[in-house]
Amino acid sequence: MSESVTCKQLIDFLDDYEAGTLPPPTRAEFERHLSECPPCVGYLKSYRGTIALAKRSAGSCGEVKMPEELVAAILKARRAGG
Amino acid sequence: MSEPISISGRPVGASDREDGGRAAADELALLARLRAGDEGAYEAFVRAHGDALLAVARRFFRNEDDARDALQDAFLAAFKALPRFEGGSKLSTWLHRIVVNACLMKLRSSRRRRESSIEGLLPTFRPDGHREDVGSGWSHEPEDLLENGEARRLVREKLDQLPDDFRTVLLLRDIEELDTAATAAALEISEAAVKTRLHRARQALRTLLEREFSR
Repeated sequence: MSESVTCKQLIDFLDDYEAGTLPPPTRAEFERHLSECPPCVGYLKSYRGTIALAKRSAGSCGEVKMPEELVAAILKARRAGG
Repeated sequence: MSEPISISGRPVGASDREDGGRAAADELALLARLRAGDEGAYEAFVRAHGDALLAVARRFFRNEDDARDALQDAFLAAFKALPRFEGGSKLSTWLHRIVVNACLMKLRSSRRRRESSIEGLLPTFRPDGHREDVGSGWSHEPEDLLENGEARRLVREKLDQLPDDFRTVLLLRDIEELDTAATAAALEISEAAVKTRLHRARQALRTLLEREFSR
């Protein structure tokens, strides 16, 4: 494993790495660490997978049908001056 | 209500574009009826947008009553603001922003339950900075899990297990796709705090998912 960048440093700055905002020398060190550290490669892969799954899952809650009582409550509140 | 927050546009599909002209005309007609005080138009308005907006509100709350209350607050705010709606954005986009704002206001005003710590869900390291908790990896490729309905249900369940402060930031940044500055403004916290919470929320969710998806 690389001695210049630790697993902790890599994980601490993962979002900057993903956003492409790390300075080039630091990015090169990160990539050298990744080339030598399979657990961090696995972590990065599952971190990216987590974000993709969160986006996809939260956006697909299945068919949502507004209950009739909620429609009625909203219209009643509006008439009452809500 | 606080100033509407900026929400990035969502991709528009081909079928949306094909139906766009007719939908826009229908929307203008409905707006004209609403502005004229047509009682039936209010019901049509609620029915036209309620299903999609209830889905948005449900992402923010674990409790169905809270989601419904937030949606009602949002519609009442929208009714009041309709005379000022100038059509600069799609009506559905404008309503989406109002619902997100209503959810955030309700989250802020709710008495928070005692927040559980997120520390136990973060990776641990040896004194030399290398990983202590090297996992065995996920049993499936994330791309395969995306297509699995049971996996998506599990992800929603794990999202709900995150402490509110972290869950809300993840919802706004990764799902509602607000940028860091807009999220900071909406939550009245610093941009640095948004970045820190987002990173910790993603790491914690990754840990919760690893427990389910590990080999």
